[in-house]
Amino acid sequence: GEDVIASERAAALCNACDLSGKSLFVLPHTDHLVGYIIRLENAFYEHAQTYYYTEIRRVKSHKEFLNKTTHQLLFVRHQFKIAFFSELKQDTQNALKNYRTAYNLVHELRAHETNMLEIKTMAGFINYKICRLCFQHNTPLDAIAQFRKHIDLCKKKIGSAELAFEHAAWMSKQFQAFGDLFDEAIKLGLTAIQTQNPGFYYQQAAYYAQERKQLASMLCNHDSSVTYPNPDPLETQTGVLDFYGQRPWRQGILSFDLSDPEKEKMGILSLQLKEKNVLHSELIITLLSNAVAQFKKYKCPRMKSHLMVQMGEEYYYAKDYAKALKLLDYVMCDYRSEGWWTLLTSILTTALKCSYLMAQLKDYITYSLELLGRASTLKDDQKSRIEKNLIKVLMNESPDPEPDCDTAAVKASQKLWADRVSLAGSNIFTIEVQDFIPFVQCKAKFLAPSFHVDVPVQFDVYLRADCPHPIRFSKLCISFNNQDYNQYCVVEEAYQKSDILEQSSQGTMCLVPGKTRKFSFKFVAKTEDVGKKIEITSVDLILGSESGRCVILNWRGGGGDASSSQEALQAARSFKRRPKLPDNEVHWETLTIQASTMIISRVPNISVHLRHEPPALTNEMYCLIVTVQSHEETVAKDVKLTAGLKPGQDANLTQKTQVTLHGTDACDDSFPALLPDIPVGDLQPGEKLEKPIYIRCGTVGARMFLFYISYLINTVVEGKEILCRCHRDETVTIDTVFPFDVAVKFVSTKLEHLDRVFADIPFLLMTDILSASPWPVTIVTSKLQLSASMTPVDQLESYVENVVLQTGESASECFCLRCPPVTTASGVATGCYIITWKRSSPVESVPVVNTVITLPHVIVESIPLHVNADLPSFGRVRESLPVRYHLQNKTNLVQDVEVSVEPSDAFMFSGLKQIRLRILPGSQQEMLYNFYPLMAGYQQLPSLHVNLMRFPNFTNQLLRRFIPTHIFVKPQGRQADDNSIAAA
Amino acid sequence: LLCSQNYPLYIQSVPTENELKFHYTVHTSLDVVDEKISAMGKALVDQRELYLGLLYPTEDYKVYGYVTNSKVKFVMVVDSSNTALRDNEIRSMFRKLHNSYTDIMCNPFYNPGDRIHSRAFDTMVNSMMMQVC
Repeated sequence: GEDVIASERAAALCNACDLSGKSLFVLPHTDHLVGYIIRLENAFYEHAQTYYYTEIRRVKSHKEFLNKTTHQLLFVRHQFKIAFFSELKQDTQNALKNYRTAYNLVHELRAHETNMLEIKTMAGFINYKICRLCFQHNTPLDAIAQFRKHIDLCKKKIGSAELAFEHAAWMSKQFQAFGDLFDEAIKLGLTAIQTQNPGFYYQQAAYYAQERKQLASMLCNHDSSVTYPNPDPLETQTGVLDFYGQRPWRQGILSFDLSDPEKEKMGILSLQLKEKNVLHSELIITLLSNAVAQFKKYKCPRMKSHLMVQMGEEYYYAKDYAKALKLLDYVMCDYRSEGWWTLLTSILTTALKCSYLMAQLKDYITYSLELLGRASTLKDDQKSRIEKNLIKVLMNESPDPEPDCDTAAVKASQKLWADRVSLAGSNIFTIEVQDFIPFVQCKAKFLAPSFHVDVPVQFDVYLRADCPHPIRFSKLCISFNNQDYNQYCVVEEAYQKSDILEQSSQGTMCLVPGKTRKFSFKFVAKTEDVGKKIEITSVDLILGSESGRCVILNWRGGGGDASSSQEALQAARSFKRRPKLPDNEVHWETLTIQASTMIISRVPNISVHLRHEPPALTNEMYCLIVTVQSHEETVAKDVKLTAGLKPGQDANLTQKTQVTLHGTDACDDSFPALLPDIPVGDLQPGEKLEKPIYIRCGTVGARMFLFYISYLINTVVEGKEILCRCHRDETVTIDTVFPFDVAVKFVSTKLEHLDRVFADIPFLLMTDILSASPWPVTIVTSKLQLSASMTPVDQLESYVENVVLQTGESASECFCLRCPPVTTASGVATGCYIITWKRSSPVESVPVVNTVITLPHVIVESIPLHVNADLPSFGRVRESLPVRYHLQNKTNLVQDVEVSVEPSDAFMFSGLKQIRLRILPGSQQEMLYNFYPLMAGYQQLPSLHVNLMRFPNFTNQLLRRFIPTHIFVKPQGRQADDNSIAAA
Repeated sequence: LLCSQNYPLYIQSVPTENELKFHYTVHTSLDVVDEKISAMGKALVDQRELYLGLLYPTEDYKVYGYVTNSKVKFVMVVDSSNTALRDNEIRSMFRKLHNSYTDIMCNPFYNPGDRIHSRAFDTMVNSMMMQVC
C-alpha cells in the first residue's frame, strides 16, 4: 500500500503476467500472515467453486441433449459427473441428491450377463458415495437403508454362472466397504449399538468371502494341465480399462450378444485361473478378525466366540494348524461353561484334527478325552474310533488319521507321528481335567466329615468312564495336603503291553463304560494331625504305562470337572426314582464329593466330676473339687488339668476372678484367672483323683469355668501303635452373689432417724447385716474403723462375733459416736465397717474374708444450744421425779434464753415455770425440776420450751430431739407385789 | 428353540441339514438377549414385556427373542425371506411356546434345568414349524 516502490513493483509484475491487480496476493511476513493466507484461500476457493459450477452447467447442458432410449448409459455417466462435481464443490446435499438419481438410473439399465459386472461395479461405486455422504451428514440410518436397498437389489444379480465367485467377491467387497465406512463414521463420533455395528458388515463380508472360496473351489478346479491362455485376454493395449467393470477382452461393446464365444471362453478361463491364486482364507480371516474387534467393542462375547471359531476353522483350512488350535482352544471354555455341547463337540472335532495333523500329543490326548466324555454329542462309532486312536497313542503308536483331512497333510502328519514315536522321553503328560470334561469322572469321598485319631481314616474314590469301550489304567493315586499319606493311597497294577488291547473287563484296573468303580482306601492318621483337616489335594489317574506313553489325569481336590457341579445341582433337585442296584453299586448322581475330613482327638475314656456348692459368695475362696476317674484300660500318662475362667468372656471378669490351688490363704489380685496345665501325674486304670480348686470372685454375676483334662495314651489302630492325646472338658457356670447386705443408718440417742448430725452431740450408728447367702455364713468378727473426724463415745467392740447367719437372718450392731464441730458444709466421712466372715462349712480350713463397707458420709450441723435432760428411766405415781435439764451454750456468744415449762395433766411440778436467763459462751446452765406424777402409764411430761433471742430458728421441734417428751409412770407400789401377781 | 441359564434345554430346527449354524445363531443371539434383559432390569419387573422383539437381523435370518420372568429364554430363528410372519404372529407363537413350556414345568417328573424330552412339546413345536414353513 504505502510503500511506493512495492506498489510499483507489484504493478510491473501484474503487467508482466497479464494479471489484474486484484489477482495479486501479497503474503507479507508479518503478524497478519494467517489473515492473508485465508484471503488467498478464499480466492482459490471461489475460483474452484466457479469452475465446478461451470463444469456442472456444461454436463447438464450435455445431458439435455440425451434421450432415455438411446443414451441410457450416458445418463448415468452424466448424473454421476454432476454429483461428483457437486461433491468437489463441497455441496454435499446436492451431491447426495444427484448420486441418488444416478443410482436409480443405474438400476434402470437393462442388465444382461455381459454388462452385469459393469452395472454392479457402477452401483457399488455410487452406493459407496451415497453411504459416505449419508454418514457425513450424520444420517447413519439413511446410509444403512441405502445399503440394504443396494444389497437387496444386487443380491440376485449373479451374472455369469461360471464367474459366480466374482459376484461373491463383489458382495463381500460391498459389505467390507460399508463396514469400513461405518467404522470410520464411528471414529468421527457416531455411536453404534450392539445390534447395529460394523461387525455385522464385516461378518457378512466374511460370509461372502467364504462363499467366494467355495464357489472358487468348485468352479476353478481345473486340471494342472490347463494352462493360462496366451495371449492373455486380460491384457489390454493400454494396460488399463477404458471403463470400470467391463471385460478387458471386449471393451466398449454395448451389444448383449457374444461376438466371439472363443474369446469369451478364454477370458473366463483366465479369470478362473487367476481366482485360483487368490488366498481366500487370508481374506476371510482378515474380515473375521475385523468383525471380532468390532463385536468385542459392542459387548457381544458370544458373537465374538462364534467368529473366532470360524477364524479357527479358516486357519485350519489354510493349514495354519497352530493358530487354529490357539483360537479354538481360547473359545472352547466359553462354550463349555455355557453348556452348548453340540457346538463344543464340533469345535473339539476340528481341534482334534488340528492336533492330529500337527502331532501335538498333549492336545491330541486332551481333545480325545473330552470328545469321549459325556459332554460330547458324537455318535458311538466316532467315539469308538477316537478311543481306539487314544489307546494307540497310549501305546506309543501312531493313531489313525482323522477323517476328512487333507491327504497331503495327513501324509506329513504321519511322518511327524512316526518321529514322535521314535522319540524317546517326554512321554508323560499331566492333564489337568478341572477345566474340561474328560471321559473319566472321578469323585472322592471321605466316609465321614471327621475321624477320631484312633480309627482309620476311610475314603472311597469312585471312577466312571463314559467312553464306548472299557479302558484300563495303570495307577490311581491320591495326594493329600499332608503328603505323608500319599503313599497309602495308591492302586497300581503292572500290566503287560499286550493286555491293553484285550477287551476284558475283569481286572480291577479296568473301567467299564457306564459302571461306577469304587476304590476304598484306609489309613491311620498321624497324631500330629489331630485338630487339622486332611484334604485330598488331587486325584491322579494314570492311563497308559511308563514304558509306552503315560497320561496322568489330574483332578484337583476330590474330583469333578467343568460341568460336574452343575450336574450335581440337577441331581440334587431331581425327584427321579432310581432303579435299585446291587449292594456294591451306587448311582453316580447320588455321590457327592467330600474332599476333606477333620482328624479329631480320640474319645476320652475318663470322667470328670465337679463337686461344689453354688452360688459362690463375693470374695470368698470358693472351693470346687474336681474328681477325675480313668476308665482307660492302660495307664493315662501326663495327665494335665487346666482350670479356671473360660477364656472369651468379658475382660473385666478376668481381672475380678482368681484361681488357686491353695485355699488356706486368701489370694490377691495378682493370681491368674486360669491355671493352665497343672501336672497331675499318671492315672492308673480305674484310678480316681481329686483336686480342690479355689476360686475367688470379686464381683457378682455368672461366670463360666472350664475344666480341661488332657492325657496321653497308647492305643493300637490297625495293628499300629500310636500315642495319642485325649482330652475332656467340662464347663460349669457359677453364679456369684453377695453374702450379705449391710445397711447403715444414723439415729439420735432417742433412736430417731437422723438425716444430719449435730456437732458434739452424741448419736448412734446402727449397722444391719442381712444374710443374702443361701448357705449359712459365720460372722467371725466386725470392726468399726472411724475416720479422724469421728470419735467414739464409748468402747467400740463387736457384738456380732461368731454369729452364724442363716439365709434371711440379720445381725445388727450399734455404736455411739460423736462428731466434733466441723467447718465444711458438706458431709463428713464416717469411716468404714469391716466384717470378717466365712462360709459356715464343715471344712475348717476355709479362710476368713474381710469385707469392708465404707460408711456413708454424714452432714454435720452445729447447734446454738444443746439441751439434755437427766431423768430417771421411769416414774412412780405420787413419788417425786427429779428432772435436771442442762442447757449448754454451743456458741461463742452470750445467749439470752427464755425458758418456760408448760404444765401437763399427768404431773404436778415444782421449779421455775418461766425464766429468762443468760448463758455465757461454752458454759451451761442447770435447771432443776421436781415432777410429781399423778397418773400411771405412758405419760407426757410437762414440756420444756426454750426460746433463744439470737436464734429464732431454734425451735421447740429441734428441742424435742434431745429431750424426752414422755415417760413411763408406774402405778403406786404395793408391798406384796409378787403375791398379787400370783393371786391374779 | 428354548434355553435357560444360557444352556440349551431344547433345540429343534427345520430343515435339519445346517443345524450347527442355527445353533451358533441362537447362541450368538444370547448376547442381545442378555443386553436387553439387563436394560430391562432397571425397569419395573412386573410390568415388563416378555417378548423381546427382533433381536438382530442377519442377511438370511431373523432372530426373535422372548424371556420369561424366570429368565428362561426362547429364541426363534426364521428365514428372513418369510415375510408372511408378522410381529403379532411371532408373538403368539412365543406365547404358545411359553404355554407348553409351562405345561412341561408342571410335570412333577420334570426336573427344571434338564433337557426337555417331551412328546407333547415335540409335536407342538413341529406343528408350529410346519405352519411356518
